[in-house]
Amino acid sequence: MRVVVTAQQPRLDSLVDARFGRAACFVVVDTDTMEHRVVENNLIAPGGAGIGAGKTVIDTGAKVLLTGNCGPNAFRTLRAGGVEIYTGLTGTVRQAVEQYKVGRLTPAVDPSVQTHAGTGPQS
Amino acid sequence: MKELIVISGKGGTGKTSIVASFAALASHPVLADCDVDAADLHLVVAPRVRQESPFVGGVKARIVPDMCVDCGQCRDYCRFDAVIPPDGQNPSFRIDPSACEGCGVCERFCPTEAIVLEDAVNGRWFISDTRFGPMVHAELGIAEENSGKLVSLLRKQARDLAGQQGRSLLLVDGSPGIGCPVIASITGADLALLVTEPTLSGRHDLRRVVELTSHFHVPCAVCINKADINLEVAAQIAAEAAAGSVPVLAHIPYDNAVTQAQMVGRSLIEHSDGPASQAIRQLWDRTVAMLNSEKPQGDPYEDRHPAV
Amino acid sequence: MTIAVASGKGGTGKTTVATSLAAFLARRGRRAQYVDCDVEEPNGHIFLKPDITDSRPVTVPVPQVGTGKCDGCGRCGQFCRFNAIVAINRTVITFDQLCHSCGGCVRVCPHGAIRERPVEIGRIESGTADGLQFTQGRLNIGSVRTPSLIRTLRHGLDPALVAVLDAPPGTSCPVVACVRDVDYVLLVTEPTPFGLHDLKLAAAMVQQLRRPPAVIVNRSGLGDQRTHAWCREHSIEILAEIPDDRRIAEAYSRDRILIDAVPEYEALFARIAERLSV
Repeated sequence: MRVVVTAQQPRLDSLVDARFGRAACFVVVDTDTMEHRVVENNLIAPGGAGIGAGKTVIDTGAKVLLTGNCGPNAFRTLRAGGVEIYTGLTGTVRQAVEQYKVGRLTPAVDPSVQTHAGTGPQS
Repeated sequence: MKELIVISGKGGTGKTSIVASFAALASHPVLADCDVDAADLHLVVAPRVRQESPFVGGVKARIVPDMCVDCGQCRDYCRFDAVIPPDGQNPSFRIDPSACEGCGVCERFCPTEAIVLEDAVNGRWFISDTRFGPMVHAELGIAEENSGKLVSLLRKQARDLAGQQGRSLLLVDGSPGIGCPVIASITGADLALLVTEPTLSGRHDLRRVVELTSHFHVPCAVCINKADINLEVAAQIAAEAAAGSVPVLAHIPYDNAVTQAQMVGRSLIEHSDGPASQAIRQLWDRTVAMLNSEKPQGDPYEDRHPAV
Repeated sequence: MTIAVASGKGGTGKTTVATSLAAFLARRGRRAQYVDCDVEEPNGHIFLKPDITDSRPVTVPVPQVGTGKCDGCGRCGQFCRFNAIVAINRTVITFDQLCHSCGGCVRVCPHGAIRERPVEIGRIESGTADGLQFTQGRLNIGSVRTPSLIRTLRHGLDPALVAVLDAPPGTSCPVVACVRDVDYVLLVTEPTPFGLHDLKLAAAMVQQLRRPPAVIVNRSGLGDQRTHAWCREHSIEILAEIPDDRRIAEAYSRDRILIDAVPEYEALFARIAERLSV
């Protein structure tokens, strides 16, 4: 199956990007083969980054998102698209996918942060 | 790395002067001037621009006169009064770029496809060197929308710079007010220092800004500038802050040296050892202490180095 | 007649000038109104102390999708440039706080499935202060619709009264919404490097809007003459200079309008009124 992971760099070995709306990019991974491709995060609109990113993820066809944080607008958008959201992921993209495969993660039921949280400093 | 942002509800409270002095007191900070509508910090820190880039904030509509048949429908559709009809000086319909919000309705419904939407270069942003450290700053174009997108960009650039150069403090001159640019500048900061004056307006503005920082879970502290122009109101503000568990880190006396320093393009700390300068040194020490004691915002994996 | 009092920078004395000018006109028998357009941080009421008799909400229209008629075609989401309405898998969700109220989604919907409903962005309060009509806008915390509230304030002006508009600080779109199409713009500045820098930005904005600017130098004597030299070079008239008088700062901190606290400054406002032919 296909999962999307927010990434700081366009690679499986990149660190997970803790932001969703303003994530540097998205890595779409096939969990069976670990084949992957990278999707850009187009931040064109002046506002609503979480919504735009949500649409981008939905368009990949993936039904699972692994990320650090997810704000309320992104959350609404992704849930409308039937995407399960897992927050609090750290480490590399590859490690995040492995954690998901092993079945240790619980889907988020609420956004993990306020709006605009991704505009500030990220660790 | 720690991020300290200095903001105020209204302008003219001395926020930028305080940031300039902090820049002089800090060791190896990265500076960011996020007051993009009326950026003044560069007048004191004298940046040497290393990199300049255009900033595109959205789109604007433009009518192509050759294709326009003067039907005026765009004017009926536009909700922002951005379509100007022909007059003595201009024979065709025009879009007023200072009113256009880039919604695209006119372009969509023009019966002769005479309208185009073009990237709007709303401003320019810069990475510069200063005598205190690298600085990220910008100029927003005249009459442009200040959506916070530029501020977000500046903070990201400043953050990246700090990481590349191993700097442990990001010092931000914030925007006045409570709108989008302020929100974009405070979220995720480790500490917001609110600068106010001992006036009733200062009090009102402070309340609105405290509400904003609390709404976005940003720890805050207060500094009362020009405190001796009204000691009574200064005391009231201090009491109100205390009642709301907001620390008051300094009362800075009115001092002509502040303007004199500005006139010669220096921060107060570099220019004077007078009462305001000493009060700012104390303010700095207390601010650093508070920064170092605050738990990091949000992310539990963040390294904790003391700010310097 | 409309007179906007603006400045590139905050804290230069816009409210000091606007409140005294408006009060002066009213006391001289002109039918006048003071309008506080600094809707994020309205302060004029502190000094004019109006008796507020009316308060009403200001709303803007945002889309509401009638699910009966919507077939999930997604044209609304494709059209919107602000991510305020998005179509996901044939359902439509809206984000009111991002909407600019352009009405585009309503128009592009092929099934007439979208209506508009009002959401509140703030309030407009009005009353009188000693014979002066007083109006202020107050934006709700968390709202980003500053220009919309200011436009509503402007549309509600009584054309029979001379209006003194207390503008928001800066040069971006809230100020433009206040200053567009006024008869006069008074730019208040202080003769310091920060003041001059921001005056240049404000003057450029005013010239872009094709309004005739005039300058009021506040806290004159505080800095130097660079500001005056610049105004001369650019043929911008300095209508008045208010000295750097501690009594003025004290009056401000005691919530008094300038001409009450220091009546000798009435003459200065009389000169301003005369130069504007008001």
